[in-house]
Amino acid sequence: MAIMTYREALNQALREEMDRDPRVFVMGEEVGLYDGAYKVTQGLLKAYGDKRIIDTPICESGFTGIGVGAAMLGLRPVIEMMTFNFSILALDQIVNSAAKMCYMSGGQYPIPLVVRGPGGPAAQLAAQHSQSMETYFYHVPGLKVVRPTTPADAKGLLKSAIRDDNPVIFIEAETLYAVKGEVPDDPDFTIPLGKAIIRREGTDVTVIAYMGMMYRAMEVAEELAKEGISCELVDPRTLRPMDTDTIVSSVRKTHRAVVLEAGAGFAGMGSEIASEIAEEAFDDLDAPVERVTGENAPMPYAKNLERLKTPSKEKIADAIRKVCYR
Amino acid sequence: MITKVVMPKLSDAMETGKVIKWIKHEGDSIKGGDIIAEIETDKANVEIEAFGAGVLRKVVVDEGGEVPVGDLIAVIAEPAENIDPVLAAAPKAPAAPAPAVTAAPPDPAKPAAVPSASAPGAVPSTETYKSAPETGKVVPMTPESGRPQLAPAAAAAAAAPTGPRLVASAPAGAPAAGARVKASPLAKKIAAQSGVDLAGLHGSGPGGRIVRRDVEDALAAGPAPAGAAAPAARAAAPARAPFVVPARTDAEYEDVPLTAMRATIAKRMPLSKGPVPHFYVTSEVAMDRAGELRAELNALDGSPKVSVNDLVIRACALALMRHPGVNASLQGQAVRMHHRAHIGLAVALDAGLITPVLRDCDVKPLVQIAAEARDLADRARAGKLRASELSGATFTISNLGMLDVEEFSAIINPPEGAILAVGSMLEKAVVVDGALAVGRRMKMTISCDHRVMDGAMGARFLQDVKRLLEEPLRLLV
Repeated sequence: MAIMTYREALNQALREEMDRDPRVFVMGEEVGLYDGAYKVTQGLLKAYGDKRIIDTPICESGFTGIGVGAAMLGLRPVIEMMTFNFSILALDQIVNSAAKMCYMSGGQYPIPLVVRGPGGPAAQLAAQHSQSMETYFYHVPGLKVVRPTTPADAKGLLKSAIRDDNPVIFIEAETLYAVKGEVPDDPDFTIPLGKAIIRREGTDVTVIAYMGMMYRAMEVAEELAKEGISCELVDPRTLRPMDTDTIVSSVRKTHRAVVLEAGAGFAGMGSEIASEIAEEAFDDLDAPVERVTGENAPMPYAKNLERLKTPSKEKIADAIRKVCYR
Repeated sequence: MITKVVMPKLSDAMETGKVIKWIKHEGDSIKGGDIIAEIETDKANVEIEAFGAGVLRKVVVDEGGEVPVGDLIAVIAEPAENIDPVLAAAPKAPAAPAPAVTAAPPDPAKPAAVPSASAPGAVPSTETYKSAPETGKVVPMTPESGRPQLAPAAAAAAAAPTGPRLVASAPAGAPAAGARVKASPLAKKIAAQSGVDLAGLHGSGPGGRIVRRDVEDALAAGPAPAGAAAPAARAAAPARAPFVVPARTDAEYEDVPLTAMRATIAKRMPLSKGPVPHFYVTSEVAMDRAGELRAELNALDGSPKVSVNDLVIRACALALMRHPGVNASLQGQAVRMHHRAHIGLAVALDAGLITPVLRDCDVKPLVQIAAEARDLADRARAGKLRASELSGATFTISNLGMLDVEEFSAIINPPEGAILAVGSMLEKAVVVDGALAVGRRMKMTISCDHRVMDGAMGARFLQDVKRLLEEPLRLLV
């Protein structure tokens, strides 16, 4: 197994899938000549040429629509959003075309499309560029939504997303691109969509988190272990389809749950997970499910305010202590 | 501290209980956890333990006496303490809002008389004795609760389940009406399974919520009501016992008084067969492979012995998960579909029949089912079941296979929606691929509540049970 960054793992996944299947191509702003705004597509133009690595004008709606059309005709496009904040401009193509085409054509046009790019709050990018965009997509029937936390997950899940016959929204994180981890070299390595992973085993409380929140949860779990609280950390990895079974069986074991979410909490992923737990594991709960989410405000630019807006380690630890009645 | 010992409510159906035996006697010193008496409920005999420490000062209900749930049966206190107020308050407190546990009006029909008490006016309206210790305790004993924040809840919970008699006597406006015990779902579940009365517990969660650790502390303070299983005096397999006809007696007949269990059966069965429209579906299962599998399993070292019935339990549990419509019961205007297979196992006793419940059979491996079913049956025969093990079944299996029964049909045990009657596994002449052969066959008949389900549903369920038994490796995965 090689040690590589999250960014390199994504790059490797793209290369392997392009080698494996000539129908796979990449399209987006600055993915070619500039090697990608965040260098995820570094070297691809040189390796695969401008028929398969396509620079587009600044027009998300246009090139996402081209992606849907290409998918209808049998290609497997990977559309890069320079950041997912720009995907709002392509929302009609994603929500009304990509997600529904297969259904509305009676199964004649599956849409094997991946829309990928960084999303979620980063460092001092302010209100318009620091938001959890997954909430706009996982509500839509017909879309799969992936949020990979580690380099290995980034690679294994992107490969599965490209091979999937449904449109997949694949949201990376700018803050994680430089994170290093072990990544299997095997070109056949994939991670199935819809499968959660337990990142740390514990007995007292189940903490559900992904992306940056998972890294924060790991630190908190380490600290709370000194207080005698044993946290089990569950990373859903795919938000839709959600692996409710893994989450619920963990809660059945620990009897308590805290859900972390970087975005503003109202009707967020935390609400959905908390509701699933209440429906499936009510009799196993020893405390109400607790959510730790971002504050209900646009992300401020000022560093001190930014810190207040996001779920801090202190808030997470407090919530965990609360459900443990400590 | 004065501790009142009251008749515990040990099952949903229990309205009265009989003191079979006092293990401790007046004057004996008692420490927490001591078994002090044996109680006969409508289903099982249950030992009750002391909660408070001190001396058993007064036995209020003699052996053989039967009193309503919640009535005082004894008093534990320090030798010097004045227990008269308790004795006086117990039977006769008219509408005094003081402790609701004692709020029962005098009942002329009560068989066990309580020592004559002074006039109601003599009863102090506030307690003169101390409150319960922090950790609360197991069902049988209800300590005087002096804790202000818990008193209303405890009173409500003590009064509510005791039946209309006590509820009706509650003074108007008493907190009993709206108050409820706040407990986490998990705490409630553990309490129900282990027989802990939440009403007596102190909740350590926010707002006095009773949480898991409170119930576990209470459990740790004393073992569950029923003691360890005594070795059952069960006859070994009847290997051709001599066939003896008893000698003729002088009397032409005798009237045997109904035991509590027989009385309960007599009361409950017409409530099923009368109002519940039964229909029956019978199926024959090829048990050759199941028989072989069982023989192989039982040849394994150190593995619990697996019976045919254990295979049937497992098969039913898996099939019930696929047919929630059969794992269902009528609840007023709704059909409740159960998502757990809690299976009642009819166990024949000399005195009648009892159905302990094997919970969560859908997620238990076969060997665990085998071990737990055997334990339940052994303890059922020894009269050592916990009350919590007698309720909550979603489906029942009655197996008369050991009695050379080809097939029979059973009466549904409400509110369950169905019951499976299992006959003997018999060697028969069967046709296999057009040729006669000897095969092992077993007949099963399901009785279904036609208000809840229809013939085809019962048949499809039975088809799955048959398939699982005929492809028995499925029972292991």
